[in-house]
Amino acid sequence: MAKLLGAICTSHIPAIGNAIARGTEHEPYWKPFFESYPPVREWLAKVDPDVVVMIYNDHGLNFFLDKMPTFAVGAAPEYLNDDEGWGLPTLPPFRGDPKFSWHVIEQLVHDEFDVTTCQEMLVDHAFTVPISLLWPDRSARRFGTVPVAINTVQHPLPTPARCYALGVAIGRAIESYPEDIGVVVVATGGMSHQLDGERAGFINKAFDLHCLEKIVDDPRGLTTMSIHDLVREAGTQGVELIMWLAARGALDGKVTKVHSHYHIPVSNTAAGLLLIERAA
Amino acid sequence: MYVLANRAPRLRFRRVEAKLMTHDNPVPYEIPGTVIFDGVEAQKGYALNKMCYSFNSAGNRLAFKRNEDAYCRAYGLTAEQRDAVRRRDVLALVHSGGNVYYLAKLTGIFGLGVQDIGAQQTGVTVEEFRARLAAAGG
Repeated sequence: MAKLLGAICTSHIPAIGNAIARGTEHEPYWKPFFESYPPVREWLAKVDPDVVVMIYNDHGLNFFLDKMPTFAVGAAPEYLNDDEGWGLPTLPPFRGDPKFSWHVIEQLVHDEFDVTTCQEMLVDHAFTVPISLLWPDRSARRFGTVPVAINTVQHPLPTPARCYALGVAIGRAIESYPEDIGVVVVATGGMSHQLDGERAGFINKAFDLHCLEKIVDDPRGLTTMSIHDLVREAGTQGVELIMWLAARGALDGKVTKVHSHYHIPVSNTAAGLLLIERAA
Repeated sequence: MYVLANRAPRLRFRRVEAKLMTHDNPVPYEIPGTVIFDGVEAQKGYALNKMCYSFNSAGNRLAFKRNEDAYCRAYGLTAEQRDAVRRRDVLALVHSGGNVYYLAKLTGIFGLGVQDIGAQQTGVTVEEFRARLAAAGG
């Protein structure tokens, strides 16, 4: 049977992709941020997953407001990155794993998560930047990816509780896959930030640190928040914490924190990183 | 220990009549300086956001630059939205139904990044805006 090896939650700020493309990771602005990633890369090299489930939010590359799925799961042999309009270099395609994807889709729908299935799916910076961060030498890696997109563009957004439950179902789906493979769940987004409105630039360090702690020890305590509570505390784009809750749900139960980091600011955002494993 | 603010005082939402209210989806309260991009906004901003979505294509960005107003008209933007585009007024675009994920594709054409538009929306210089972000880490 497949084994869920752990979950990683990381920010996906486009500026990180630009810093990687320009090779400016060692400049003073970037150094404290990039220095937090090697322990996670080492862990990934050790566990060497066969499949990576990427839980992220599309920012208007694949989905437009004409059709906006709340939860969408990719089921393609490969996923293309493309021009997002504001200059981030386009990356080579990402390998999929359709057989694993369809298993996840079957299990999720069986568990009453009526997801949208995508046999073609463009993946944006929220998918590509974390992969570049976690696997700087991706070409040498053999894993397939399964994109799981959660709507954070158009309200109503799924509640924190619903996203946690989705994660629980994803975790069950992974561990019911009949082949002996290793799987890692990666959630991208956050932490607090707001790009739009008179409150642009809003960052809430106290709330982020609270979440970093609670998501490890008492994630269900965070799921009593409404989406509007989350917007108020974390900013309009800080709602991306729902992706973190989904990843935590996949590992439902007691977990051990392997690594975490928090850094302000990266661009307009508080950057967070968390690696958890099931408690032994 | 982080204490969530009291949820009790639900301020009257400015569009309360337009919203579908259910048992599980109570009236949202106002969050200062924040637009919740919901069904009302998504309808108001559909044409504007659709135009911005077209800027994922380099050819469309070029066509916009050749004749901005003609491009805006072709997508059916309102006079108010066209004026906001002309003035590069991000706050006005947000308040006329623009979603920032799509608007970023438009402001990118103008050479404005997220810190430029953050500064513009909050009425400070970019340096002041960056300093404020850095100070949030203190």
